Amino acid sequence: MSLTAQDKNTVKAFWSKVSGKAEDIGTDALARMLIVYPQTKTYFSHWKDLSPGSAPVRKHGKTVMSGVADAVTKIDDLTAGLLNLSELHAFTLRVDPANFKILSHNILVVMAIMFPGEFTPEVHVAMDKFLAALSRALSEKYR
Amino acid sequence: MVEWTDQERNIISGIFSNLDYDDIGPKALVRCLIVYPWTQRYFGTFGNLSNADAIKTNPNIAAHGIKVLHGLDRALKNMDNIKATYAELSVLHSEKLHVDPDNFKLLADCLTIVVAAKLGNAFTPDMQAAFQKFLAVVVSALGMQYH
Repeated sequence: MSLTAQDKNTVKAFWSKVSGKAEDIGTDALARMLIVYPQTKTYFSHWKDLSPGSAPVRKHGKTVMSGVADAVTKIDDLTAGLLNLSELHAFTLRVDPANFKILSHNILVVMAIMFPGEFTPEVHVAMDKFLAALSRALSEKYR
Repeated sequence: MVEWTDQERNIISGIFSNLDYDDIGPKALVRCLIVYPWTQRYFGTFGNLSNADAIKTNPNIAAHGIKVLHGLDRALKNMDNIKATYAELSVLHSEKLHVDPDNFKLLADCLTIVVAAKLGNAFTPDMQAAFQKFLAVVVSALGMQYH
């Protein structure tokens, strides 16, 4: 299920529309993940405040979406482009890769909420494929 | 047995009582068929599904989307016994329709996204949690009679 040329164009076009709100998207997606999938809180036991809109959630949402923005620019070779991030997640953070799917789902939900007109089924499938490819690239160095 | 808080019950009944089934049902099924195209395998007799526009304008798909969404009404009325409520539908999906139960989750995810798009920011994280929990219980019940 690799990205076709059309998928890439759809992703880039949609991203250019929504990138201005990247921080809000990241914050809301992360907040939803922590509430809807409480097992994900286990990775953030070092935060004082895990509530939506809190400082650590805002900051980390921004960090994560910067990674997504970067991945859009490297969409033609995600594995090579995300090598360092993969090593970070594999050796330092050791996030179970199942959680990438969970966060991806919440990013899609937030996109539907914030951009209901633009997040058509065609955009949805391209973004779903992109986030899956991104997750695969992030998992590359795990074992 | 699944435990529901009063807040969860209120959230779930609130979402469904304000839902336009004729709008949301078709949108959810159409989205599922486009985002997860292998699900089209179950709709061979429904007419033209050859591209996204054909799927979006297919009246058989629209009608079926409404039917499937109303199928959730049973769970709404029997929240404390969803498993037993769906036993018969589970047998139907397994033995007559031969639907891979993994597909139920795909449709549930599409329904969540369509409802989110409709409600916007009113679809708070707590509402999302309750709604997804409800759908997960229905999905599980529908898979129970597969042997």
